[in-house]
Amino acid sequence: MNVGLQHYLILSAALAALGIIAMVSRRNAISILMGIELLLNAAALNFVAFSRYGTGLPGRPHFDGQIFGIFIIVLAAAEAAIALAIIIAIYHHRSSINADELHSMRR
Amino acid sequence: MTAADVFFWIFASMALLPAMMVVFARNLLYSAFSLLFTLAGVAGLYALLGADFLSVTQVLVYIGGILVLILFGVMFTQRVYDLKAEAMSFKRRRAAALGLGVFAALAATVFAVDWPQAPREVQPTSAPIGNLLLSQYLLPFEMISVLLLVVLIGAVVVGKKEVQEE
Repeated sequence: MNVGLQHYLILSAALAALGIIAMVSRRNAISILMGIELLLNAAALNFVAFSRYGTGLPGRPHFDGQIFGIFIIVLAAAEAAIALAIIIAIYHHRSSINADELHSMRR
Repeated sequence: MTAADVFFWIFASMALLPAMMVVFARNLLYSAFSLLFTLAGVAGLYALLGADFLSVTQVLVYIGGILVLILFGVMFTQRVYDLKAEAMSFKRRRAAALGLGVFAALAATVFAVDWPQAPREVQPTSAPIGNLLLSQYLLPFEMISVLLLVVLIGAVVVGKKEVQEE
């Protein structure tokens, strides 16, 4: 069986599921961030796979999916920078980045 | 099986197996280093899909930037003795069930739909992407530039406040 669009879609579904598991089950804030990165990678991989295999509109170049991939990478970079700044600020404040303990706003 | 298929399986296992390590490793540092291989595998898949510019961007931004930031965060916030203490949450079974459910739903959709089979021809991507970014996608491009500026200032402000308080 030749490798086709389905293979890429299944792979990115598996990556997305792993990212969700990491986001839900991990307690460390940095581990949660890594789960989000996995999820974003899965989404970008889907976009790029569709830009290669999709039929799209006739007469149009098919780079739209790759442009969305670039935007996803930029957003992931922005998100990681802000998240780590916040995580380090929290660590200075409380000496812990366990997400289960960060409930001081809960009443 | 063509050479491209062989490379697909190599890159796919390179992305998927370390991704499991990222999720299930007990040591946070191992997770972070496994993420390196996952990101590199995805970059290889981009190249295989004919997205050369995106593949290089993935290596530069993800591996060169985000991963280094994450490693910095891991080493900065973990004392040596709690690196191994990152225990799995008691919610782990429910999380695995949720992940498997999501995967089953997505896989069922993938198998239910009749996808187009023929890939398009591979062509150079940098020039068309640059043209699109400055014509059709000009507004998102400018907005994301502003977003990056906001992030730059925001990260500095969040980091700076701590120093003043001490």
